Amino acid sequence: MNILEFFKRKNSGSVAKDRLKLLLVSDRANCSPEIMDMIKNDMIHVISKYMDIDRDGLDIQISQTKAEDGHLVPVLFANIPIREIKNKI
Amino acid sequence: MSEVIVITSGKGGVGKTTTSANLGTGLAMLGKKVVIIDTDIGLRNLDVVMGLENRIVYNLVDIIEGKCRMKQALIRDKKYSGLFLLPSAQTRDKNSVTPEQMKKLVETLKDEFDYILLDCPAGIEQGFQNAIAGADRAFIVTTPEVSAIRDADRIVGLLDANEINKKQLIVNKVRMDMVHKGDMMSVEDVMEILAVDLLGVVPDDENIVISTNQGEPLVGNKTLAGTAYMNICRRICGEEVPLMDLAAKNNIWNKVSRMFHR
Repeated sequence: MNILEFFKRKNSGSVAKDRLKLLLVSDRANCSPEIMDMIKNDMIHVISKYMDIDRDGLDIQISQTKAEDGHLVPVLFANIPIREIKNKI
Repeated sequence: MSEVIVITSGKGGVGKTTTSANLGTGLAMLGKKVVIIDTDIGLRNLDVVMGLENRIVYNLVDIIEGKCRMKQALIRDKKYSGLFLLPSAQTRDKNSVTPEQMKKLVETLKDEFDYILLDCPAGIEQGFQNAIAGADRAFIVTTPEVSAIRDADRIVGLLDANEINKKQLIVNKVRMDMVHKGDMMSVEDVMEILAVDLLGVVPDDENIVISTNQGEPLVGNKTLAGTAYMNICRRICGEEVPLMDLAAKNNIWNKVSRMFHR
């Protein structure tokens, strides 16, 4: 290990914490990739009725957010790029 | 009023049995009537940790199968007359007992004891289901390691599913020197990740090995771990005891080395 690496080294404790946080989100959600795909397709189906969306740019994932009481709760996060909003309803 | 507490962790080797023995002994030292049940059928260990291995005649499975009465199987502790051990069977497997049978057995002990501690086996199979069946409170033992914390999180979920809502965390084998260097997750980190109330912190202490060698729990003596366990016992009894300062060495050298590691 050279001197530069020595000073740049990230503490293994925080590495562990970051890894665990990510890991536990998927552990807790217990959501298989197949189910995530099904959710994604259903969302595309529903939203397409009202908006023209970019299907390839669509991204959904389960992550965590702080609830009002300060506890972390899982959230379904969806990023859906809109091409055009259909005005005729 | 009697309280049934399961001591569990998911992962093996984090200190469930040591914690059970020390908390049981500590509560007895505080004048409570305590029974500790070893629910790890097939891998009996609590008896050696408590130094009672030579006194076993009957065990948990014998009671359930009606081969003996409860009084015959309970082993009184060497030092404390209010402390009893109900040993597990060594030559049977965990499927010889069902959760319903465990629940019934625990019920029959409630009249006589203030605290019934259940030392849970590692894993989440039948043995775990048996151990938590009669419990109304759970202590989750973990260490500041990724594997232990991941398993603890799974256990929290399973306890939730079984409607055991009184859950508290014991963080074991903490090495403050490593935490200060940033090479071990702190107790705060562990609590943030698991989001469970903290009951106590036990430092990594070589005296634990010595006390296990001798078959005498170290709770209540002057060692770091002995003090930590006694603090936990007093908290269980409702006392407010602040977390002890785990030798936070704040000398110049530590400060300088922390600066470089940040």
